Amino acid sequence: MKLTMAAALNAGLRRALEHDPKVVVMGEDVGKLGGVFRVTDALQKDFGDNRVIDTPLAESGIVGTAFGMALRGYRPVCEIQFDGFVYPAFDQIVSQVAKIHYRTEGRVTVPITLRIPFGGGIGSVEHHSESPEAYFAHTAGLRVVTPSHPVDAYTMIQQAISLDDPVVFLEPKRRYWDKAEVDLDAPPDYPLDRARVMRSGNDATLVAYGTMVATALAAADIAESEGHSLEVIDLRSLAPLDFDAIEESVLRTGRLVVVHEAPGYLGIGAEIAARITERCFYQLEAPVLRVTGFDIPYPPSKLEALHLPDPDRILSAVDRALAA
Amino acid sequence: MSVVPAVPVQLLQPDGRRVLDRAHSDVVADVGPERLRKLYEDMVVSRRIDTEATALQRQGELGLWAPLLGQEAAQVGSAHALHPDDYVFPSYREHAVAYCRGVDPAVLTRLWRGVAHSGWDPDAVNMTNPAIVVGSQGLHATGYAWASHLDGAEIATVVYFGDGATSQGDIAEAMVFAASWGAPVVFFCQNNQWAISEPVRLQSVTPLATRAAGFGIPAVQVDGNDVLGVLAVTRQAVARTREGGGPSFVEAITYRMGPHTTADDPTRYRTAAETEQWKARDPIDRMRRLLEREGLFDAEFEARVQSKSDEVAARLRSATLELPDPEPDALFDHVYATPHPLLEVQRREHARYLSTLAPSTPEQEVR
Repeated sequence: MKLTMAAALNAGLRRALEHDPKVVVMGEDVGKLGGVFRVTDALQKDFGDNRVIDTPLAESGIVGTAFGMALRGYRPVCEIQFDGFVYPAFDQIVSQVAKIHYRTEGRVTVPITLRIPFGGGIGSVEHHSESPEAYFAHTAGLRVVTPSHPVDAYTMIQQAISLDDPVVFLEPKRRYWDKAEVDLDAPPDYPLDRARVMRSGNDATLVAYGTMVATALAAADIAESEGHSLEVIDLRSLAPLDFDAIEESVLRTGRLVVVHEAPGYLGIGAEIAARITERCFYQLEAPVLRVTGFDIPYPPSKLEALHLPDPDRILSAVDRALAA
Repeated sequence: MSVVPAVPVQLLQPDGRRVLDRAHSDVVADVGPERLRKLYEDMVVSRRIDTEATALQRQGELGLWAPLLGQEAAQVGSAHALHPDDYVFPSYREHAVAYCRGVDPAVLTRLWRGVAHSGWDPDAVNMTNPAIVVGSQGLHATGYAWASHLDGAEIATVVYFGDGATSQGDIAEAMVFAASWGAPVVFFCQNNQWAISEPVRLQSVTPLATRAAGFGIPAVQVDGNDVLGVLAVTRQAVARTREGGGPSFVEAITYRMGPHTTADDPTRYRTAAETEQWKARDPIDRMRRLLEREGLFDAEFEARVQSKSDEVAARLRSATLELPDPEPDALFDHVYATPHPLLEVQRREHARYLSTLAPSTPEQEVR
């Protein structure tokens, strides 16, 4: 069945609600409206307002009450409406949800999934286009994952919900309406924390996640027409991160370019560059390069095309890597 | 909507005389001699736990302690209003509540000695571990209460917090969610007058209990140094939530006789005269006077309570001193509930690094 990513997420949530009576969906406007991106469309109608809960408008409240529900055996799936609205919940996520298993020596688990639409490129106003993944990936106790296409969206949301650890589930909102064939009966058997090679190549490796996977694939198409064979890896999980998959690729290509929308400074790309340099120092033919958003607050939308990595900026970096 | 009465509920005056207040004394009419004595005993033992832990900190055996001195009635009285099935979300000062819930005094100091971040299994006593980020536990209690409602459980969830916490957004949000959902949660605020050095006037220009009305939550003020009054109003609040009446708010007006923590110096911000004034309202003295007045206090009872206190304090002390330091490998335990490949690599590398170090000499081990 051809589904958009939003519809695939909806189908995955539906499957999770059917599968486990302890799963509840909660957040602002997730009920009748179906969420501002319609990801929870019709779920309240079908599962009732005790399973799909419209909450008061307070992010700390959403996450904090989800924490309390988890203590009683529930598996809350919280929707944070936009990336830029997650910060009021920061303490609850970082000090409570992330740390309670450690703080209680493993006595308490809080299997909470925090769904956050993230990233820019949709022409929106401020606070609607941010990439906060590094904050969460930096926090021990959290898992951070992001699908890049409808097939993964459908399975990864189910895996995240069934995991006993809290998961920050980042949804690349710019890709919500991209369609793909999704097999709703396919078992979610590809490991949640493993990267996936999206395109094989020999000359250089592109690593991306979320929105930027499609951008990297577009860059690889162009490179092919110019005679360069690029491998594209979709990280899928940012914490933990599948360095083995990157290493395996870099040992073949000798060149690595990491792409993300978030600012480069102390970002996911910095960690990848450091670790891959540690592991592959003698096999690298060029320094690990990063193509990222600038180290600025997210700009006004008329400037966002300059801020977001596009195929040209990616290929410019690839050229530098190949020239080394 | 109920309006907070001008005078806090009080069933016991500082001189130990009962107050004629049928609306509340009827609620504790069943509290006979044995229960009165038990309330007294639990307060005395709690104070002794507190004194012992404070001493352990002064002797270098604990990194920190947050004394409850002066708040025994607020904590023991409210804890006695609860059923074992009810669930408690404390802040970090509710040692007396923990004691009344059945927490073994031997594990009370694990957090404060730094051997772990928590002391007990929450589900064994239906009480979470201390919440140190002020006010965060209000939301946890509200979520737990709502989940218990979804489960059809007829329990109450009680969250403890202080006057300072009422300024936190999380407490405000908790009251919003609790009222909106009709969650069966009791907000139990111990107004001990001081948030470290800040007087309650700095947090609120209105009595704290009046804030609840704005959220649509009925509230009551009680003399927090009167264990019977606290027991009565908490019973009422708990009964109300169990009957589906939704959240309630109790403001127990008390006083933190000691420092905020053992790292604090209250002489820098408050007068000895103020502390002396509150000493005259001491919750334990007051209960003792009632027992004496009603012929329930004798040498034998006093000796029994003394002996129980000694026993608990000795257990607390010896258990604290015997707490083993965690193994180095425990650094990496329980960060995640499910396997995490990168952390396992770090664990192995650290173990390997430690194994390369020269073994310590017996002399160093003694040190």
